[in-house]
Parts: sequence; structure tokens; C-alpha cells
Amino acid sequence: MSVKERDPLTGHQTTGHEWNGITELNTRVPRAIWWFIGITHVWALIMWLLLPAWPLITTYTKGLLGIDQTQLVAAEVEAGDRYRAHWVARFDAESLDEIRADETLMEIVRGAAPALWGDNCAVCHATGGTGGPGFPNLVDAAWIWGGSDEAVLETLRVGINSQHPETRFGQMLAFGETGILSRDEVRTVASYVQSLSGLADPPAEVVEPGAALFAENCTSCHGESGEGMTELGAPNLTDDAWIYGGESATLFETIHDGRQGWMPAWEGRLTGAERKMLALYVLDILPEGE
Amino acid sequence: MISNLTVETRQAALATLGLCAFVGLLMAVAGAGEAFGAHGAIVLLASLGLFLAVLRQLDEPEPPVSRLRSYYDDPIKVGIILAMVWAAVGMFFGLWVAYLLAWPDLTFDTPWASFGRLRPAHTTAVIFGFGGSALIATSFHVMQRTSRARLAGEFSPWFVLIGYQLFVILAVTGYLMGINQSKEYAEAEWYADIWLVIVWVTYFVLYIRTLARRNEPHIYVANWYYMAFILIVAVLHIFNNIAVPVSWGGSQSYILWSGVQDAMMQWWYGHNAVAFFLTAGFLGMLYYYLPKRAERPIYSYRLSILSFWGIVFFYVWAGSHHLHYTALPHWVQTLGMTFSVMLLVPSWATAANALLTLNGAWHKVRDDATLRFMMVAAIFYGLTTFEGSFLAIRGVNALSHYTDWTVGHVHAGALGWNAILIFGAVYAAVPVIWRRERMWSNRLIEWHFWLAVMGTVVYVFAMWNSGILQGLMWRTYTDAGTLQYSFIDSLLAMNPYYIARAVGGTMFFVGTLLGILNIWMTIRQAPEAHLAVDHPTSPDGETGERSVPAE
Repeated sequence: MSVKERDPLTGHQTTGHEWNGITELNTRVPRAIWWFIGITHVWALIMWLLLPAWPLITTYTKGLLGIDQTQLVAAEVEAGDRYRAHWVARFDAESLDEIRADETLMEIVRGAAPALWGDNCAVCHATGGTGGPGFPNLVDAAWIWGGSDEAVLETLRVGINSQHPETRFGQMLAFGETGILSRDEVRTVASYVQSLSGLADPPAEVVEPGAALFAENCTSCHGESGEGMTELGAPNLTDDAWIYGGESATLFETIHDGRQGWMPAWEGRLTGAERKMLALYVLDILPEGE
Repeated sequence: MISNLTVETRQAALATLGLCAFVGLLMAVAGAGEAFGAHGAIVLLASLGLFLAVLRQLDEPEPPVSRLRSYYDDPIKVGIILAMVWAAVGMFFGLWVAYLLAWPDLTFDTPWASFGRLRPAHTTAVIFGFGGSALIATSFHVMQRTSRARLAGEFSPWFVLIGYQLFVILAVTGYLMGINQSKEYAEAEWYADIWLVIVWVTYFVLYIRTLARRNEPHIYVANWYYMAFILIVAVLHIFNNIAVPVSWGGSQSYILWSGVQDAMMQWWYGHNAVAFFLTAGFLGMLYYYLPKRAERPIYSYRLSILSFWGIVFFYVWAGSHHLHYTALPHWVQTLGMTFSVMLLVPSWATAANALLTLNGAWHKVRDDATLRFMMVAAIFYGLTTFEGSFLAIRGVNALSHYTDWTVGHVHAGALGWNAILIFGAVYAAVPVIWRRERMWSNRLIEWHFWLAVMGTVVYVFAMWNSGILQGLMWRTYTDAGTLQYSFIDSLLAMNPYYIARAVGGTMFFVGTLLGILNIWMTIRQAPEAHLAVDHPTSPDGETGERSVPAE
């Protein structure tokens, strides 16, 4: 059966085997293939000589270049730090007002802060800084923990209800859940709160007991007039800015179940210069886009 | 088909199915109220359904002994149909996630329809459902024809084919219910993994036994590749999935390996799943159907030997290129990179051997879309293996890793090489297996060909663009030395390419549906053919003693 035939088209001989009609030519391996095998193997050999490559019993061949990826990364990080050092040092040393006054530094903020904002802040406060339910709008006039340079930098540094030892701590009591107020009282005080910002105009028989309940339970944090206290992180209730919403159902939930917002501390994750850039982005650059 | 089995085989099937149903019942009871229990119910119902189907035909007369003088094609028929069903299911999931990435609201607000569950359902349904069923069906076809011998046994081919389906069903339904051991392309949990080992060992034994009774002195190249595929996949699957179940009544388990060793084991598996499942097995397919259809001798037997040993030797070293710039030691990365580059030559030699085989048959490539499917598959095989070796170089990988370039690379292989080769092989095999003169419609094959090729090209170009753009955006610095773009910026930049990808995928999917229609109509309507010689004979035309079992 092993009959070798010559293929008329190529002139090559078959191997003499046949499988259900399939035959094979015994063509020599083209010279180009041997060349490519040579080239790739020589290249591999060179790599093995130059780089860490083959395992030994307790160690491995280190390669003539003597490099290792951990050293390479460390060197690149260091080079990057050196490249940025001249302006990072100024950000570390100068106050926000001094930075504002220097157009070259503000150009660096304009270049670097959007990516910092996009990777760290936008997921909660939105790309434009307008926030969303549960996350404050940072481009309106209202500030919960204060809108001064120092207050914003401090909030960025320690976060709110975070794991930082010096964290800002703020909590709205669960007045209904803990039994301080009945459900009817919660509704009454909610209507009163709505009247403070003109969201609703309840009749006197609601406003009067509402005001009394407010004076008794709320003024220690939100102030007698309801304008809030930034030292305590208690929001102003007389403006039109709401973190969770000013509708009756949401207000009921807020007063009945309480609230405790959370913002991570950025000290340790972002450098001081980066936090200053973000503060300037929030205070100066984002509002320009509004 | 059941009545073509001997009564003894039917009884063996009943015993096996009864045992499976019992195990399913135990699982359903032990895991009642949880996803594990639902899997028990699936095992129970599938086993009971098949049990009843066999039971109803238990008393049918014995099949004629003369059947043993022909090839055993019933499991191949079922295998091809199952492969096409999985193609539709898997590509539907793929299309869904493609549209979901372009329009993130295109899903239901429920856990099973989230991206993290749909994505493994897509990859498993296409790789293991579509690809695996096609590999099993074509291997049964190729091993019988190239050995001139009937399949060894009538029970084990069914056990392999149906048992394998159960594995894929458990895997895909498990992912949708949230059962996932978090190993890419090996997400199935311990009990499905154990089941696959049983099925796979049976497959190996079946292959060896059929080859042992071959009526040819030499083993054809296609069988080398199918054998490598079956053997190495078993080794990979077992080592990557060694796990300790938390309990016998639940799906959760813990993998034996930990840390960077687990990562290395996972990508040694992951890369060689590509190498031996999606490459070696498919080369077996190519080596049979392409020369058969072209009616040309293989260009070079010597090149076949060189490529086979090159591919199986170099591939097993290359997995660590998936872990460049990670906690994996630098020296392991260097080995992965260099072996990946050396691997290029045997890969290209194989593609060249296939394309040079077509010399003297290029007019057939022009006229016959079935052969053209196989030719294009060989070209995409060459392109993808070049790209793979290129991406394995550390410096290139620094740009491409974690980007859509990887997704584009994978789909150049999965669509352009694997799926397109399966379509060519299926169009060549269906008329032979069902004894038809030809496929029902050649025009539909042409339509399918162009939809598949254009869909692949659109898909791959979209992902090349988005991947390289992504990689460049992530490493762009401002003059001050800070990052220019945030991650969300790069995500927004991807959107037009994601839409283009979904369009390419839709074209490919429509082509697949045309293929299913064509196969269905061929089985039902195409004129019958009488292939007098398509049964086991010695090359001299005699039915040898070795080729058929004792009567």
C-alpha cells in the first residue's frame, strides 16, 4: 500500500500514505523556516543572557544587565518625583492664596486637577461637581463643613466619618427610630422645616407645634433660625440646597431614621500638593464652568 | 437513534442515567433553596428525561449486525446540531454584553443580568459549548475516517458527548445564578469540574481504543493534534481546579493554590486552554477538512512534524506572558516572553503548510465558500499567532495589557480562526454525515461567509483602535508630569468603538443564524446521496478484521 507518487503540480513525492483520500507530500522544510527558527532562538538566547531568566536551585540567573522589575519601577517612580519636584515643593510651601496669585502654578492645577478629580472625586460628586442624592453639590453656595480654604483642605485631609483619627464627625440623630419623636411629630417638624426655605406654606396649627419641636430638638445643631453650623457639619435648612432632598417623604426618612454621610480621608492616598490642587479645583476652577 | 443501540447498551445507559438521577436528587436535597440545589434539579431532570427516552425504546428489536460494517455517525449528527445551538446561545450572550458596554442601561435590574454574570456565560457557551461540541463531533468524524475504523463502542461516544453537555449547562447556568470560582475560563465549581474529569478520561480512552483498531499503518497528523488536545486539556483542567469544597452539599470551594502561585497556575491553564483547546484541536480539524475539500496533498509532511512538536513544546512555557509587570518574578516573565516569540515559527509554519496545500486548488477557493472559510481561518490563525507573540513582548504588553487590544486579539482568534473554521468544517461534514448530495443552499453559504468575515474585520478593527487609544490615554502625561486623562475620560473615548464592535458582532451573529437555517434545511430537504465508499475498508477495498469489532 505504501506507494510513493509524484505530484504533477509541484513535482514533489508523496510519503506513500493515504487516509480516506488525503495524501502528504514529502516536501523539504523551506529554508526561510530554518532561518526564522535561528533568528528567534538567537534572540531568546540573548534575552536569557541579559535578563533574569532561568531558575536555579535556590536562586535564578540574574542576567548581565543586572536589572529586575522592582528596581526598574522604583527608579521610574523616583525619576518622576524628581521631574515634578520643582513645582511640588512650591505647592507644599505656599498657601492657596499665594498659589492663586501665580499663573504658572495655576496652569499646573488646570492641567493636573481634572484627572485627579475624575479618578478620585467624580464617582460621588459627579464630573461637574454637582453631586447627587446623598452627595453634596460643591459648586453651589452652600457648604456643610465650611467653604474657606482651610476648611476645604481639612475636609479633604481627614474626610467625614472616616477612619482617620482626626476625622470630621457628623451625625443626624434618628429621632423617630430612637423614640424621641412620634411619627406625627416627625411629620409636623418636617413641614416646619419645609416652611423655612419656602418649600411649603403650612397652616399655623402645624407651624406653631413644629417650631416648638424644632426649638426643642434641632436648634442645638441647626441653630435657632435653622441656618446650620459648619463647625458641626449641620446643613443650612433655610436655603434651597439639599443633600438628600427636601420632599416630605425624604425629610421624613431623614428625621425618622437619621443620616450619617461618609467621605474618605485623602491624607495618605493623595499628597499634600494633590489635595491643594483639588481644593483649588473645587473652589476656583469648577465654579468657572458653572 | 436509541433503537440503533443494542439492548445491552440501552440497559447500560439506563443504569448510568439512573445513577446520575440519584446523584442529582441528593444534590437537590442537600442544596435545597440554594443555587446548588437548582443544579441538583437540573441533573435530576436531565437524567430522568433521557432515562424515560431510553426506557420507551428498551424493547425495540436489536439493531442489525451489519451496522458494525459502517462508521458510527449518530453521535456526530447530534454533536454538530448541539454545536450550532451553543453557537446561537453563546453569541447571543456575547452580543448582549457588546451592546451593554455601548449602552450600559440595556439590561434588567437583577443580578443574573449583570455584566459580571453574562460575560462568563458568553465565553463558556462559545468556547466550551460551541467550540467543544464541534471538536468532539469532528474528532469522531476524523478519527473514524482517517483510521478506516468504526468508533470503539456505542455507549462511550454518547457518554462523552452528552456528559460534556451537562458540564457546559452546569457551568453556564451556574454563572447566571452566581456560582463562580473566579478563575477565568475555569469558572465552574468543584462538582462540575469532577464531572468533566470523568467525561474527559472516557473521551481519551475512546480515542485511543479507536486508533488502536485503525486499518492504516500510520496515524494521520489530524489525530496527533486531537490527541494532544484531549491529553493536555485533561492535565490543565485537573491542576488548575484542585480545590477543597466547603461542604459536599454546597457549591463553594477553595482552590489549593494561593497568591502568585495561583495566578501562575491559572494563566498556565488559561494560555494553554487557548493552545490545546482552541489551537491543537482546531488544527486537527484543519488538517482533515482542508486537504479533503481542496483535494490536494498536504504540502509537506516534514513541516507537519516540525510544527506539531514546536507547537506542543513551546506553548506550555508561554502562559506567564499573561502576568507581565505583576508580582510574578521577573525571570518567569522573561521565560514566558522568549518562548512566546520562539513559538511564532512553528505557528506560522502550520499556517503556511495549510495555505501552500491550496496551491493547485485556488480556483476552488474562489468558487467554493466552504473551502474559502477554511482558507480565511488559516490566514486569521497566522495573523493571530503573530499578534500573540508580539503582545507577549514585555514592552508591547506594557501598552496593550488590560486594554481592549486583548479583547480584539482574542476575537481575531475566536471569530476569525475558530468559529470560521468550524463553519467550514461543518459545511463540509454535514452532507457526508447525513448522506446528502450537497448543502441546501450555496448562496446562503456565500452570505454567511461574507457576513462572518466582515463582522470579524469590523470587530477586530474597532477593538484595535479602542485598545491602543485606551493604552495611550492611560500613559499620557502633561508637561508638568501629571496624568493627562482620568479613567472615565478613556471610558468615554471608547464609546464609538463599542458601538462599532456591537455592529460587527451583529453581522457575525446573523451569519451564524443563516448557517443554522442552511444546516436545518439540508437535513430536511437536500437531495439524498449514496456514498458507496464511506465505510471502514482497508485501502485495498476490503473490510479488514481490525476495522470492525467481532460480530
